[in-house]
Amino acid sequence: MAGIIGYGAYVPRNRIKVEEIAKVWGADAPSYKRGLMLQEKSVPSPDQDVITMSVEATKHALARAQIDPARIGAVYVGSESHPYAVKPSGTVLAEAIGATPEVHCADFEFACKAGSEAMFVCMGLADAGSIEYGLAVGADTSQGAPSDALEYSAAAGAASFIIGRDPGVAKVIDTYAFMTDTPDFWRRSYMHYPRHAGRFTGEPAYFKHITSCANGIMEKVNMKPKDFAYVVFHQPNGKFPQRVGKMLGFTKEQIEPGWLSPTLGNTYSGSSPMGLTATLDVAKPGDMILMVSYGSGAGSDGFVFEVTGKIDEVRNVAPRTRELLDKKKYIEYGTYAKYRRKIRMGE
Amino acid sequence: MSTSAKYWRGIPQRYRLEAERCASCGMEFFPPRLVCSGCGARKFMPITLGDHGKLLTYTVIRVGPSEFCEQTPYAMGIVELEGGVRMTAQIADVDFDDLEVGMPVRIEFRKIREEGQAGILCYGYKFVPAD
Ligand SMILES: [Zn+2]
Repeated sequence: MAGIIGYGAYVPRNRIKVEEIAKVWGADAPSYKRGLMLQEKSVPSPDQDVITMSVEATKHALARAQIDPARIGAVYVGSESHPYAVKPSGTVLAEAIGATPEVHCADFEFACKAGSEAMFVCMGLADAGSIEYGLAVGADTSQGAPSDALEYSAAAGAASFIIGRDPGVAKVIDTYAFMTDTPDFWRRSYMHYPRHAGRFTGEPAYFKHITSCANGIMEKVNMKPKDFAYVVFHQPNGKFPQRVGKMLGFTKEQIEPGWLSPTLGNTYSGSSPMGLTATLDVAKPGDMILMVSYGSGAGSDGFVFEVTGKIDEVRNVAPRTRELLDKKKYIEYGTYAKYRRKIRMGE
Repeated sequence: MSTSAKYWRGIPQRYRLEAERCASCGMEFFPPRLVCSGCGARKFMPITLGDHGKLLTYTVIRVGPSEFCEQTPYAMGIVELEGGVRMTAQIADVDFDDLEVGMPVRIEFRKIREEGQAGILCYGYKFVPAD
């Protein structure tokens, strides 16, 4: 099976606290913080988008992979906030890292699942022998409508993986996918903000798909929650991954290293992939890791990884994900509104 | 007038910092040129610049062009990269009190400008503190 040869993350420097957003909309910050288990979220600067974050996360992945970028045969960027409506993010990324012109590019979109599906496809192509290396990125600069519950969580970040035919730092033991047509969250063409079906986004959407996918892949590989050192779930807020982990029989300790959302927010396509980077940062050779993404619409991709001895050689070659998370500057709502273009400007 | 074509021609330099080293005297040039200003030779070898350097001088733009109003005020700097090439770019993610001649910086890939609301997005390099 394929493996992760190199990995890297990127987090913009700006953060806004839940209190700062709640203050503007007259909302009760403590109940949001308790209810969603969220303290703050990352905010991109005006000169940062999915493309720039993908390039920076990929530089970290390449530093760890130590491969010639020209040998990358596929560049797949998963996002629901690609900077262009029509024009690929992948070609800019491929050009910036020197993977062009003999490379296959595609942009993926599937709400918060687009990053893991880029990984899924790269693994398949590597296993099939049609590429030597594939680059899979999950990145987003998502926006929630002002005052909507999503505004407290919609954040920015990226995770990048070089996938190859060797075990690399983490061997792919198996993959699994679970999909249904579930209209829990969507954004129509030309609409600036997404819509969601309120409480419907919980039980029949996030929890059903993640538990079904996790149980499906564990059955496929004949493993139980206790057989894993770590588990990573999609993190739309701080609370959901903890709750779904408990439902499945995982402990807090298994979830903890990849649980970034309380101080990062929901990075959508970057969410569970970034959780995986933070988990690889602390994993030991031989550790088994379960990752289950979730994208509204709806579906989950599941992965079982076995960490190899190579992890100790590469983990400190690039910044660890939690180091990136610790570098921050707090901004006020006005600056946030300007950076996220929530202010109507003159012509 | 659109600058798309000009931007596109500069992609190897803007995205990947592709430069040249004079084959006879070793001087590095960014962007590449036809004749070496050091020795007059015309043969060059392609090189890629490193992404670390130190700040030689800087200024803070407090009244910028209207297209940069979201980022104003912002710092501009001239940086000498390891290898000697000097380049000018914005210094992002920096608190102005921390700006200091000689400070270590590194290059990050950022969006440089947008050709209006419907035009292309132009990407390239900026400096950030190397911490
Ligand atoms: Zn010369």
